[in-house]
Amino acid sequence: MVLALICLLLSLLTPRFLTSENLINVVRQSSLNAIVAAGMTLVILTGGIDLSVGSLLAVSSVFSAGTLAAGSSPLMAILAGIGMGLLFGVANGLIITVGDVAPFIVTLGTLTIARGIALVYTNGAPIMAMDNNFRFLGRGEFGPLPVPIVILFLVYAAVYFVLNRTTFGSYIFAIGGNQEAARLSGVRVRLIKAATYAISGLLAGLTGVILTGRLGSAQPNLGSGDELDAIAAVVLGGTSLAGGRGGIIGTLVGALIIGILANGLNLLNVNAYYQPVAKGIVILIAILVDRRVRASSAA
Amino acid sequence: MDEQTRDTDHAYSAVALETSQSERLSGECLLEMQGITKHFPGVVALHDVHFQIQAGEIHALIGENGAGKSTLIKILSGAYQADSGVLTFAGQQVQQPSPASMQRLGVSVIYQELNLVPYLSVARNIFLGHEPQTLQGVIDFRTMHQRSRELLGLLGVDLSPETLIADLGIAARQLVEVAKALSRHVRLLIMDEPTAPLSEQETATLFEVVRRLRDRGVTVIYISHRLEEIFKLANRVTVLRDGRVIGTQPIGAVTRDELVHMMVGRDITEQYPKSRVQPGEVVLRVSGLPGPEGDDAELVVRAREIVALAGLMGSGRTELARQIFGADPLRQGRIEVRGREVHFHSTREAIAAGIGMVPEDRKLQGLILDRSVEDNISLPVLSRYARGTVVRRSAVRALVNELIRTIDIRLQHLSQVVRTLSGGNQQKVVLAKWLASRCEVLILDEPTRGVDVGARAEIYSVIGKLVEQGKAILLISSDLPELLGLCDRVVVVYGGRLVAQFERPAAAAETIIRYASGTFTN
Repeated sequence: MVLALICLLLSLLTPRFLTSENLINVVRQSSLNAIVAAGMTLVILTGGIDLSVGSLLAVSSVFSAGTLAAGSSPLMAILAGIGMGLLFGVANGLIITVGDVAPFIVTLGTLTIARGIALVYTNGAPIMAMDNNFRFLGRGEFGPLPVPIVILFLVYAAVYFVLNRTTFGSYIFAIGGNQEAARLSGVRVRLIKAATYAISGLLAGLTGVILTGRLGSAQPNLGSGDELDAIAAVVLGGTSLAGGRGGIIGTLVGALIIGILANGLNLLNVNAYYQPVAKGIVILIAILVDRRVRASSAA
Repeated sequence: MDEQTRDTDHAYSAVALETSQSERLSGECLLEMQGITKHFPGVVALHDVHFQIQAGEIHALIGENGAGKSTLIKILSGAYQADSGVLTFAGQQVQQPSPASMQRLGVSVIYQELNLVPYLSVARNIFLGHEPQTLQGVIDFRTMHQRSRELLGLLGVDLSPETLIADLGIAARQLVEVAKALSRHVRLLIMDEPTAPLSEQETATLFEVVRRLRDRGVTVIYISHRLEEIFKLANRVTVLRDGRVIGTQPIGAVTRDELVHMMVGRDITEQYPKSRVQPGEVVLRVSGLPGPEGDDAELVVRAREIVALAGLMGSGRTELARQIFGADPLRQGRIEVRGREVHFHSTREAIAAGIGMVPEDRKLQGLILDRSVEDNISLPVLSRYARGTVVRRSAVRALVNELIRTIDIRLQHLSQVVRTLSGGNQQKVVLAKWLASRCEVLILDEPTRGVDVGARAEIYSVIGKLVEQGKAILLISSDLPELLGLCDRVVVVYGGRLVAQFERPAAAAETIIRYASGTFTN
């Protein structure tokens, strides 16, 4: 709804918006946030939150570039980056579930730690990653489609399947809807919750590797603040921050809204300093409109 | 808060209490309910209730769960509006009672779940919402502490106004609630089962406080399940049953047996399925539990048998059930399922061993309200209906459809969200969850709470079917007639101990109530 409205408005305001070139460009730009937001959706559906994704993206990025620079194969470098994200994700999950600490606090901690490790590892300087095979993830194309968009669709298809067709998916909704009832029904609450953080970490790591490939270099300050865009995409997509309600398709739409907004503001030559202000306002309006629509359709 | 109330608050306490002193035992009527009726969808909670409180008395209100006590209190406190009838307070008819207007008249309720802010001090809680102030919005702590000390002193309680509520035990918190009511010029104080969580010593202290209040002219409505207490404390007693007033008596004019009879009243064996089947072999055995004398009591449930745990709320019956189900760690004793000792670290292991539980509070513990009927019913068995981890939707749907037919859950479609179902149908969804699992032992904790009469009978018939299927059932219910109507044996729990066991023919309601309220004397 809101997405269609924004698209319509932009295509009226600027003819350059509705070109296939621009549209592919927008989706590619949105894909990174969308992939991170997919993991975030799982976490938020259980009633949790993952603030560490932006930093995990950075640490994965520099680690994969570093592995490549040390002479490993591109495949090893890619796996190293993704593995780094997974590792942090598992750590998040274990501290939250076994340690029984609030997700907000735990992931705020790992946010700082991961960013710090990225800085220590690089000594603050960018690491080049110019290998063409490695950069395929970021710059390659399948026919007309850029590889990040293909990955985006694969990730969303997988998450959609998991949420709607597997026991794991049902348990995620059950925990977010009523953790106690889920526990009394024999659901392994800790395991499921920990797994969502692991997946969120893994997808943040994957995004870090794609971004490194796209840029041809890794920087320790990549992805700073990205957790907020991801959370915004999830919430725009109609998933409740309290957990238990929502879905993955909404998140994709949410990420596209945020991406198109940024694109549109650029096309309209809005002053770069005003862009975040405009973006925030539009997100708030979108959520308010969405609530209204939802409330009236429910009644 | 408006100026006027603040002024009366300032002029409060000593003065207010002295003026109301004149009301004391004047025989005047402080509060009167005439023909009060209240319906809820499907139930009449109160039917044509006439109820009169004299100024300065301690009036006990008793009745079984579901008799209408809470509804009556909520009408008095303004939380509910009666459908018809007249409420008169201090000679004036109350128009449009609301919580604010009843509070202004001087009606305060102390609920079981106390309304205190844990991380504020005693004094700040007492004066919450009407704090003495120096400037607008700035609390005058000196005055507030001073007045808190006075109030606590009046109650004969030694408690520092600066203590955090979080650092206090339940008994002290109740006294703070009493002081809070006093700070608001209370004329009628309603206490809802205040002694349920208290020890004997604490109960004695509370009684002392209540008597002091009465001596200062405060009228008290005192609700309790414990008859013993009523004889110690009250001047008069009113018995409610099925939303009607059965009678009001001066305490000296009734005996305990008469009260019990008034509470239980109806013929308690009607409406329950009488498909008597012969119990089979022992399925569940919990031994080494606290008994009347030592830790040697045993709880045994056989196949095709319903064993009931009778006891008051807080007696330890739910706690015991949750331990058997692995929801909480086992505090003492050992559990055997079909002769093999088991140690559950989670409900998951208990379910795998063939135990299921319909928990006490279906909304908080039993259901995921915003998910569909299908999702809820299939939750405990989902992994059994999955290839690897992929759920076989059609198989799940077939199972769910069959269960819905078997126990007649009324809904529009399978994807209907559970929240939109009636209480009875929601409860049937919880039952269906465990029908789906192949459990041998089923624990039912208050299976008919908040369920209307029609759906009750249906739930009873589902329970009957479960027994015929060979399940061993452990039933917890606060509804004594229900409990006696359904079960083969009764085990009475009091203060965490299994104090008595009866085969059904020997189980008289009166005897059970005596054991359950700790008043049995040989």
